[in-house]
Amino acid sequence: MAIRKMICITCPRGCHLEVDDETLQVRGNTCPKGEEYGRNEVTDPRRVLTSTVRIEGAAHCRLPVKTAAPIPKPLLLKAMDALAEVTVKAPVRVGEVVIRDLLGTGVDLVATKEM
Amino acid sequence: MTEYHDLIVIGGGPAGLAAACAAWEKGVKDILIIERDKELGGILNQCIHNGFGLTYFKEELTGPEYAGRFIKMLFDTGVKVRTDTMVLSITENKEVHAVNNFDGYMVLRAKAIVLTMGCRERTRGAIGIPGDRPAGVLTAGAAQRYMNIEGYMVGKRVVILGSGDIGLIMARRMTLEGAKVLACVELMPYSNGLNRNIVQCLNDFDIPLYLAHTITDIVGKHGRVEKVVVSAVDENRRPVPGTEMEFDCDTVLLSVGLIPENELSRNAGIEIDRRTSGPVVFENMETSIPGVFAAGNVVHVHDLVDFVTGESQRAGRAAADYIAGSSAAGGADLELANGEHVNYTVPQKIRLAGVDKAAGVFFRVNKVMAAGTVRVMSGGVQIAAFKRQHMAPGEMEQIQLPRALLEKAQGTVTISVEEANA
Repeated sequence: MAIRKMICITCPRGCHLEVDDETLQVRGNTCPKGEEYGRNEVTDPRRVLTSTVRIEGAAHCRLPVKTAAPIPKPLLLKAMDALAEVTVKAPVRVGEVVIRDLLGTGVDLVATKEM
Repeated sequence: MTEYHDLIVIGGGPAGLAAACAAWEKGVKDILIIERDKELGGILNQCIHNGFGLTYFKEELTGPEYAGRFIKMLFDTGVKVRTDTMVLSITENKEVHAVNNFDGYMVLRAKAIVLTMGCRERTRGAIGIPGDRPAGVLTAGAAQRYMNIEGYMVGKRVVILGSGDIGLIMARRMTLEGAKVLACVELMPYSNGLNRNIVQCLNDFDIPLYLAHTITDIVGKHGRVEKVVVSAVDENRRPVPGTEMEFDCDTVLLSVGLIPENELSRNAGIEIDRRTSGPVVFENMETSIPGVFAAGNVVHVHDLVDFVTGESQRAGRAAADYIAGSSAAGGADLELANGEHVNYTVPQKIRLAGVDKAAGVFFRVNKVMAAGTVRVMSGGVQIAAFKRQHMAPGEMEQIQLPRALLEKAQGTVTISVEEANA
């Protein structure tokens, strides 16, 4: 059994958490989201990926995108490879799906800007 | 030909958008936003990462999404916008001189002006890094624009100087795009970036953070950066001989601070606060020129856009009141002064007539503290005290001073922070 110390990244407040990696008890959080973050960080750390993909027919050549939900941390770089394969054609609306079910995670990659 | 508007907003970033929307809602129907870029949204357009809007929208948005929501709100109003237009000067009698390709040189007149020009990055010249002058040394924000908007990869092996949020965000961004970020180097013994960014941008990718270190030489004899020398610094921030480390890299990104962009304000004769480098403002964000207001990073550099939005809405509403002839006028009833461990306050002046229930005061502390008490004193008497856990220069603090308490104060109100004994 070990206590893992970490800083919650759910919001800019950055609470200092202590998570028991066996009982998954979280201390130091000031909101329920912090508890969830602490538990997940020990069992299945995830991150929202934000990046850009190629776009044609818009004012600029890059369309900003994000994963609609956090994806497993070890998949981040693999996901970047998948993004490099995509070219989107304007017009695009905010929230429009760019890649459905990214790498089988069940999470969509969506546009974050109207272009 | 002179064009007239009730309100002119200078800058179409988050501050300008919020100020214009708020003024519109308060009844000002002739508003013009002047923006120098091709599109509204300002720097948020290149901040493609998430973390915006948690306070204001109660959800986590990316920069373009946050800007997009305000642009949408703006399009539902009748606010006019001139993009691709550069303001050259403003005058004390609220003339705005601007130029663009379509209209040429314009002189615009307004009943009120809101200044929302944002801020600018400090450059290599501002901090005087020794060494060669090769290509490959750029500010983190410039690199961010190249990568996220224009689609250029700016380097393959990168050293980042400064651990401000933009530097941290770019460390992750460059890594995701396939670059090797060798180090993030910070002069101070602590980072000025948000803790969450140290975790998710550096620790997640095993990028080392060298605190109390700086770049002491940039080497690049053949046109491009070849390596940098990094040295530890002592408590006086002077490099310690014998601690040099070399990093072979082709790119140096600078994230060494932001400065409010006040060339227009200065030339108009607006009083500038040396500590913030922004205009001295009243509680309603009015500057030393009546009817000229300022909000957002042009006043002081914020950590969170959510606070920029709040401050700018206040400025927009105050401008509406000014135009309607219903705002507080005249000199300050109270002046805010910095006590121990406080670097600056915004606002710097308060008119009691302009305070509704309470006056919000932003400030920054000058050192990292585990806990402390914020004390508000006037005439040798404490009028308020606030307990805080963990304070740092990188995290803006905010207190609300109720009107009833301010009425007891006289002349100068000093805000100081007392560190709790560890």
